[in-house]
Amino acid sequence: MDALITMRQAGFYRDNRWLVQDIDLDLREGEVVTLIGPNGSGKSTTAKLALGILKPDAGKIVRRHDLKVGYVPQKLSIDWTMPLTVARFLDLTGKVNQTDKISAIHETDISQLLKKNVQSLSGGEFQRVLLARSIARKPNLLVLDEPVQGVDFKGEVELYELISSIRDILSCGILMISHDLHVVMAKTDRVLCLNNHICCSGTPKSVIETKQYRDLFGDRANNILAVYEHNHDHQHLPDGRVLHEDGTITKTCHHNNKNRRKVMKDAR
Amino acid sequence: MLDDFFIRAMLAGIGVALIAGPFGCFIVWRRLSYFGDTLSHGALLGVAFAFFFSFNIVLSVFIVSALIAMSLLWLQKQSNLSADALLGLLSHSSLALGLVVLALMGSRLDLQGLLFGDILAVSKIDILIIYSGAFFGLFILYYIWHALFAATVSHDLAEAEGLRPEFHQIIFTFLLAGLIAVAMKIVGILLITALLIIPAASARNLAQSPEKMAILAALLGGLSVIGGLFSSLNWDTPSGPSIVVVALIVFILSLLPFSYFRGKR
Repeated sequence: MDALITMRQAGFYRDNRWLVQDIDLDLREGEVVTLIGPNGSGKSTTAKLALGILKPDAGKIVRRHDLKVGYVPQKLSIDWTMPLTVARFLDLTGKVNQTDKISAIHETDISQLLKKNVQSLSGGEFQRVLLARSIARKPNLLVLDEPVQGVDFKGEVELYELISSIRDILSCGILMISHDLHVVMAKTDRVLCLNNHICCSGTPKSVIETKQYRDLFGDRANNILAVYEHNHDHQHLPDGRVLHEDGTITKTCHHNNKNRRKVMKDAR
Repeated sequence: MLDDFFIRAMLAGIGVALIAGPFGCFIVWRRLSYFGDTLSHGALLGVAFAFFFSFNIVLSVFIVSALIAMSLLWLQKQSNLSADALLGLLSHSSLALGLVVLALMGSRLDLQGLLFGDILAVSKIDILIIYSGAFFGLFILYYIWHALFAATVSHDLAEAEGLRPEFHQIIFTFLLAGLIAVAMKIVGILLITALLIIPAASARNLAQSPEKMAILAALLGGLSVIGGLFSSLNWDTPSGPSIVVVALIVFILSLLPFSYFRGKR
């Protein structure tokens, strides 16, 4: 089967600068790809390009013709002027099959929320509702933009666990965004580290073994939470500048990252 | 019975209210009330053109309103001004332009009737236009309802999941221009937005789903028309403003007892 989404040297240009540049990405069914990176590194922009919400100013993006998307956007504020219950919200972009809806409600544990107004939900409840809506559609591509935002630590673990089970249930491709460098799903197949371009990418490595993590999340959580370990020859500072191994600081990291080329070759 | 001017006014007003309700919901949800105002102000320019070219008024108003809506969409993409400022610019300049053109032609048009409506002068043909227009408009709206509502909740979500929010927004805008062209005669240019927004706002206080809100807005609008026309008959008040006053009273009533029981925040 063809990839669900193929991006080649895709770039997006706004206000005299490239928000993202040179993005190569292949996403297949049953595959989980996670985008990580600091704020403003173009994670959401990349996801929106992949979804076709934004049109690329450079490069090429091909979406498979039978693509069925479930999308959990990063920001969604619903105006109080709209009377909208959770039950109605599940059918937002098209009526979904009743059995699919019931199983999605069950998996995300939102049955007690159905009659509530979406505006009155807590952050964590709303994220679960968003997730329920996107999986009830039975998508073959799930795009999750910061799916655990506003969720406490325990809920975060549960949500990540849920997401990794969704992949098995729906056998869909998942493109996930996280701003958290340390907490990436163990079942992520590939991680793309973004800072306006792909700094590096590869498979996430071994679960953290330290006692502190096990204490924090419990044994089960250890299977879910992992750290993506890899060698950068540079690191990104909070202000967006780049600190190189030799101690120099520059505005962007240059494309001399051996890691990246090697990984890209592996991916093909 | 249709010969009675009062019955004709009633039928025409109810017809406009039925379609204004659901459209008004979208105006409230999408925060378009100023946009509706702009389109109705542009209607005066449409009237001026109709006289200038001896052209059908309803058609001319529709064309001008649609042109204003399209130029707004275009200007938003081109210019640095905010949508708010652009609306103000288009709204008042089209109103002024309409008045100037009318004055230049030396037309002794009933400006009062244009601004506040002349519902008691509705003809059988008008009723035919209103009901065929309302039927057509509601049919299309019913057809695009789900997609338009999804796009109203989130443009990105609708776009990502395979809907065409921009396309539906343009259809909605054209229908709104048509609605204004038809409604202008009933409640007048200045009060069209009121008939669109007030019943929808009242319905918001009572409804639990978007669909119910739309139906309720249509019913409350119809109720306002009936109440307004009867009070206009009784106390010899101007009909258009009377309808809006009744709509306002309905809104105030919708605030009072019901929100108490619903336990809304």
